[in-house]
Formats: sequence, C-alpha cells, structure tokens
Amino acid sequence: MDKIITLKNISYQYHDTDDRPALKNVSLSIEDGEWIAIIGHNGSGKSTLAKTINGLVAPSQGEVTVGGLILSEENIWNIREMVGMVFQNPDNQFVGSTVQDDVAFGLENQGVPRADMIERVKSAITRVKMQDFMEKEPARLSGGQKQRVAIAGVVALRPQIIILDEATSMLDPQGRQEVLATVKEIKEKANLTVISITHDIDEAANANRILVMKNGELVQEGTPEEIFSYGDQLVEMGLDLPFAEKLKSDLRDRGIAVPADYLTEEGMVEWLWTLLSKK
Amino acid sequence: MMDKLIFGRYIPGDSWIHKLDPRAKLLGTVIFIGIIFLANNWLTYLLLLAFALTAIRLSTIKLSFFINGVKPLIWLILFTVVLQVLFTGGSTVYFDWGPIIVSQEGLLNGVFIFCRFVLIIFMSTLLTLTTMPLSLTDAIEYLLRPLKVVKVPVYEIALMLSIALRFVPTLMDETEKIMNAQRARGVDFGEGNIFQQMKSIVPILIPLFVSSFNRAEELATAMEARGYKGGEGRTKYRKLDWVSRDTIAMLGYAALTVGLVVLRK
Repeated sequence: MDKIITLKNISYQYHDTDDRPALKNVSLSIEDGEWIAIIGHNGSGKSTLAKTINGLVAPSQGEVTVGGLILSEENIWNIREMVGMVFQNPDNQFVGSTVQDDVAFGLENQGVPRADMIERVKSAITRVKMQDFMEKEPARLSGGQKQRVAIAGVVALRPQIIILDEATSMLDPQGRQEVLATVKEIKEKANLTVISITHDIDEAANANRILVMKNGELVQEGTPEEIFSYGDQLVEMGLDLPFAEKLKSDLRDRGIAVPADYLTEEGMVEWLWTLLSKK
Repeated sequence: MMDKLIFGRYIPGDSWIHKLDPRAKLLGTVIFIGIIFLANNWLTYLLLLAFALTAIRLSTIKLSFFINGVKPLIWLILFTVVLQVLFTGGSTVYFDWGPIIVSQEGLLNGVFIFCRFVLIIFMSTLLTLTTMPLSLTDAIEYLLRPLKVVKVPVYEIALMLSIALRFVPTLMDETEKIMNAQRARGVDFGEGNIFQQMKSIVPILIPLFVSSFNRAEELATAMEARGYKGGEGRTKYRKLDWVSRDTIAMLGYAALTVGLVVLRK
C-alpha cells in the first residue's frame, strides 16, 4: 500500500519561550485507507500533530508529505483540498446559516461552479442522512447532527484524508454513535484515510492502528488489541477504560483469575459463561 | 425573554411578498423611506397608508404584528410629536404661553410626523418579517457591489453579516447559560438600583466576551481548514432570481412616487 502521509522528525513550539515543545521529533507514516487513532492526555500534542498535516500549524522542524506533496507555502491549499478536518466544538465550525449553506462553504471556497455545487451539496448531505434538514439553521440541530453536517462539508470536497479532532468529545453517547457510524460508512464507500484524535475507547477501537502521544512525543504504537491489553495503563495514556476491562480489573480485585489479554465485550461474555459452566 | 430580542423575527410564509426577491424588498423599503418625505398633505399620507396596508395585506401577516413593531418606539414617537405640536408657530394659534405655542399647523404637523413614523416602521417590519436574515445579507451584498470599485470589501462585509446573524442564537444560548451559572452563585439580576443592575451585567459580559474570542479563533481555523482564503475566486451557492414579480413591485413604487408628486401641495 502507498504511504499517504509521512511526517519526518517534526518538532513544534507554540512560543519561543516555551521550555517544553508541543511536538518533539515526531516521525510517522500512514498508509492509504488506514484508520488511525491518536490518543493521549490533553496537552500531549495530539491536536497539534493533526494540525501539522494540513498546514494549520507550520512545524519549526521536519518535513510533512501528504499525497506525495511536501507541504510548503505554495501547495498548502492543494494539501488542504486533500485533507478534510472535523473539529471538536460543533458550533464553532458551522459557518453557513443553514445546513446546505454550510456544506456549500468549502465548495464555494474552491470556486466550484454552481451547478456542480448543488449536486455535490445534495449528495453529501444525503450521505450523512441529513437530507430532511437541508434548510434548517444550526440552532435547531443537535450536536450530533451538527457534526454530521460538518462531515458532509468535508465529504462534499471529496478529500482523501479526514481528520477528526476530538469530533465526538462534546457529544452525548447517541450523537457519538451517529457520528462514528457515519464516518465508518463513508470511509468504506470512498476509501478514505481516517485519523481520529480521541479519548473515546469505542472510537479508538475502530482504528487499524493506535498511536499514543505523551508530552509531544510518540510513545506507543500498535493495534487496538495490543494497546488495550495495557489495561490500567490505558487511563494514563489518556483513554477511558472499556467496560470489559473495568469489569476484569474489578474481578481481579475480588481474587478471581482473569485472562491477561484484552477481551472485547463479546469475548468477555464468552469467557464469563464458560468460566462458570466449567465448574 | 430572549426570543423577543432576536431581530429579524422572520415569519415563514408563501405570500407574494415573501416570494419577492430580497433585493426588490430592500430597495423598495429604502425607496419608501425616501419618498415618504414627499408627502405633505392628507391625500399623500392616505395614498402611502393605502400602499402600506395593501403590502401588509399581500403578506398575509396579521396587522397586530406591525402594531407590536410600533410599541417599543411609541415614547420616542410621542416625544417628537409633542415637541412638534408645542413649538410650531402658525397663523391659527390656539394657545400661546411664552415659547410654547399650539397652532393649527403644529397639530397637523404632529399628526403627519406620527403617520410618517408609523408608516416607516410598518414597511421596515414588513421587510424583516417576510425576508430571511440570510437573504437580506445576500441582497445587501448585491446592492453594495458597485462599492467594490472603490475597494470596499463587499464580499467580506456580507460574510461577516451572515456569520454574525448565524451566531446570534448561539450567543443567546450562551448568555442564558452564563446567567444561570451566575444565578446559582447567588447573583440577582434585575434587583437593586440602576448601578447595582449594571454591575450584575459585568459577570455576564466578561465570560461572554472571552468565549466569543475563543469561538472566533476556532471558527477562523475551521474556515481555513475548509479552504477559505478571502473573497477572490469564490463561487456562490445562493443565487438571487429577479423575476417579473419583482419588476412589478418596482413599478408599484414608481407609480407611488408619481402619485405623491402629483398629489402633494
């Protein structure tokens, strides 16, 4: 598979006077069609890392390559066309006055002819199942719906990469489900590369690979199974423990021998009922 | 309480007036406010009133909405009218006491000024009740276009207007939340004398101010991520269509102007 994103020795500092850089010598590569989750505590540099990919943050050192282009002043807008980004606060990224105006915003920026635009806006909105809300104002939408509109805004631009910068963190569980389901479906259909920055275990579980950031450095990397098997350390890494893991550690506290490797919720059920029937 | 403050107060509908191009409506309202100063006798005011009432009728919006529009300004209007009545001299004087003179001309002028205010409020209320704020910004952008020649950033002004309008409900919600948070900490809004009341606004304004700046920054980042690089080279999703209906409305205004010129003294 082709590498779609390569970061080479990226360092970044918000202010010259900061003694601790936001990013310290980070290198990574992401393959076309991968789903990557980046986890880590607040201030670990994960959002900054995501922002270097589309040039919202210019690294003080290192090289960013996206889709074969080395990020520079000249091609920054080409790269932004390839990378769609959904941010944390649903309200603060809603530019248009209605759903369709907001989805059209990015297309307007690219100077897409109006006839094309109408069609692309409509199909993007249908993709995220918001077609009944075309004329609605943001004030009348739920957080999850607003985030789906933001995704539609990204989808309409037909990017190759979509970055979710804690896009589900301000949503209720239902909104979170809605958004994740939407991203999953779109990723499959359009063969997108997804980078999600998250604290949410379910969101991270969707990934092919999880990267763990700490103090501006990349400290761990692995499949969800590998990372989740760290158990109690997951909280230190900036994730909430999955339900099955919480149960496991409670059982361990009561003196019950539990398997050391990571269990999905189904695996947990399987293990539980076989445990009892064996006796 | 907050709902009343939302300006625009657009009432969705499907009437002839609703369907008019926002440019026609905006231009029409401006023309109306201009030509109202042509009126200087009963006949001309009657003509304007008939015109306004016909327009209101066509909008199928209840007259009470328009009368409500006058209410917040009624003291200002009455004050102006009273000044006009008390200090206008004339040939037929009813009452004369030092600088205060009540004359026939003054009374008549007072009534005319009252009519003028009410008519202007009626027509501008008609504009805001039947036009989405968003369409209105589109119209403003279009009508300001000639100013591009003198380097006025018309496009940016329109975008600013539409973003401002879009954030009105968001900031209202936020104000409500902050007020509740302050109430929970024992702040009493609307209590005490005027200074105490003003002081209690400060703990609302400061967090609101701070969060608005945060919002602005995040919005700017989001806009940049979505490829916004200024008005150059952008296409437009919204399109305004000028149809025969709009030309008819403009002709209506032309006829009104001619009527006023003919009927005025």
